[in-house]
Amino acid sequence: MSARRPQGLGAGSLLAPSAGERWRLWRSRFFTGLCGLCAAVVLVPLLSIVLYIARRGLPGLSLGFFTHLPRPVGEPGGGMGNAVLGSLELIGLSCLFGLPVGVGAGLYLAEVGRGPLSRAVRFTADVLGGIPSITVGVFVYSFVVVPMRRFSAIAGALALAVVMIPTLTRTSEELLRLVPPHLREASLGLGVPAWRTTLFVVLRTALPGIGTGVMLAVARVSGETAPLLFTAFNNRYPSVALDRPIASLPVQILTYATSPYKDWQDQAWTGALVLVGLVFFLNLTARVAAARRFSASRALPPDAPSPPTDTDDAPTLEAPHR
Amino acid sequence: MSVPLPETSTLGESSAGSTGAGETATADGAPRPGVQVGDRIFAGVVRLFGLIVLAVPALMLVALVFASAASIRRTGFSFLTSSRWDPVHEHFGAWPFIYGTVVSSLLALCLAVPVSVGLAIFLSDLAPHRVRRPLGFVVELLAAIPSVVYGFWGIFVLVPVLRETVEPFLIAHLGFLPLFRGEPLGFGMLASGIILAIMIVPTITSISREVLGAVPDTHREAALGLGATPWDVIRVAVLPAARSGIVGAIILGLNRALGETMAVTMVIGNRPKVSASLLDPAYSMASVIANEFAEADSDTYLSALSEVALLLLGVALVMNLLARWLVHATKQRMARGA
Repeated sequence: MSARRPQGLGAGSLLAPSAGERWRLWRSRFFTGLCGLCAAVVLVPLLSIVLYIARRGLPGLSLGFFTHLPRPVGEPGGGMGNAVLGSLELIGLSCLFGLPVGVGAGLYLAEVGRGPLSRAVRFTADVLGGIPSITVGVFVYSFVVVPMRRFSAIAGALALAVVMIPTLTRTSEELLRLVPPHLREASLGLGVPAWRTTLFVVLRTALPGIGTGVMLAVARVSGETAPLLFTAFNNRYPSVALDRPIASLPVQILTYATSPYKDWQDQAWTGALVLVGLVFFLNLTARVAAARRFSASRALPPDAPSPPTDTDDAPTLEAPHR
Repeated sequence: MSVPLPETSTLGESSAGSTGAGETATADGAPRPGVQVGDRIFAGVVRLFGLIVLAVPALMLVALVFASAASIRRTGFSFLTSSRWDPVHEHFGAWPFIYGTVVSSLLALCLAVPVSVGLAIFLSDLAPHRVRRPLGFVVELLAAIPSVVYGFWGIFVLVPVLRETVEPFLIAHLGFLPLFRGEPLGFGMLASGIILAIMIVPTITSISREVLGAVPDTHREAALGLGATPWDVIRVAVLPAARSGIVGAIILGLNRALGETMAVTMVIGNRPKVSASLLDPAYSMASVIANEFAEADSDTYLSALSEVALLLLGVALVMNLLARWLVHATKQRMARGA
């Protein structure tokens, strides 16, 4: 429907609109304009953040930022090599823990589960997505850090895995449900066992979509600070050991951002630029891939059974807020 | 999005076999030996993953109750009401944190709800189709910015602006209200409310938009047929139908604000005092955990912080249940009405 031209107004009357109608027309314009203004208001902080980070962070961006270690205050140069390495390790490990559980639970919900148990799992996944990430940190602290008696990379990765599981579960379920049933039927008709059909036909078909879901989950997790504070802690030196504290980009940014030294703050801006760049890149790629796939799935022949989920909110990949 | 889908049965009969519930279907026609075993193993493994998802929040609750048991026994109900937080003398009262969390989140809601709902209406009903997708994406980018970056931006951009322009203005013109008394420090309740508002706009917008999109077009057409202006359509036909779903979206936004940690910690000022003024520094539940948990040196201290985490988790669970139920019920009602 068009926002500019209210079709209903004065439709029946050949006369000029009455005062009441003009009043309604102007009121309509006022409120629709107000809604448009909301859109503009939202753009302000986004632009401010992106531009400010770019301005403060770009000067420090160099190869050395990724490879060098932090130097003492006052010494020029230095980078966040330890944090970049640590973040990569943490993200990799959290995928290792989180992917099987997340996608497995998605498979369970889409393919196997029926009845109260599957409803409970689906509901729990949603609720888990709304739990404050700091409490995840406290949870992992008491389950992993206390028995191990030290902060460790593995504890940090577990905390991040807990944060990413709900996204993965719900995206993989929804994408598995989008796989057209005739693919499954064809495979079963050829005598392929159901589990092989699920894994090598249904899951295989949904895999690109799940891949974009993984990208979104990684994007969310790579900026998480709160769950790492007392699980992975921090480390001034590069470390890959699983049972040692490990640095990460968000925690390093936090430490440097709240320090009183300008050198460190500048480094933190560069770190923020790298982090935001990574997160935006992942989101953008996932979005584009999902949009492309969605338009492809729209192009199914008209008699093809429509996907079971509500097709209106397209690629079923939602931003990380639940 | 993450509202439970209705159980749709697009699955072939075979999957009923793999649930273990309808095995007879495959057992009737002379099954090859390996087939059923494979299906059962697969179903078992996958169900295990489902159970892990089910177990995590339960374990979390148990772990936190266990960790905070000492503090609950020690301080009892006064933990919630006492406003003295003094780790040195082992006196723990969480009221300043509860107050800070609640007030900053409510402030964020007051700022974010009008903008988010307006934006959701714009995206679902008013914006030209060409603009909708890019604008929706921009809103999602706002959700993707890490919380620590928001906090960093808050320290260096938002706080100076508040300190130098906004707060002196508020004190000069609205200083007769207890809300706006005190010194223009920048850091404080107001700063954290604004940051939180920016952070929850995407949540409220995207869920409200979904609910608005679920309102059947027949509603809109009926209103247009009666001579409604575009705004009348929204006011009379769309918003009433979507109201409880939007309330659910707002509660989910509130939930996000309550649990938000880093950005708040960086701008709220971290002072455990209750003050009526929005300009004064405050403290929040998530912030006190973030700041003090790794440094807590006694078991009592740790236990008290765990109790704060338990409170936070409890609030989050209740809010989630309520909000999901509201959003789900609205969508279902509309699916039936369509």
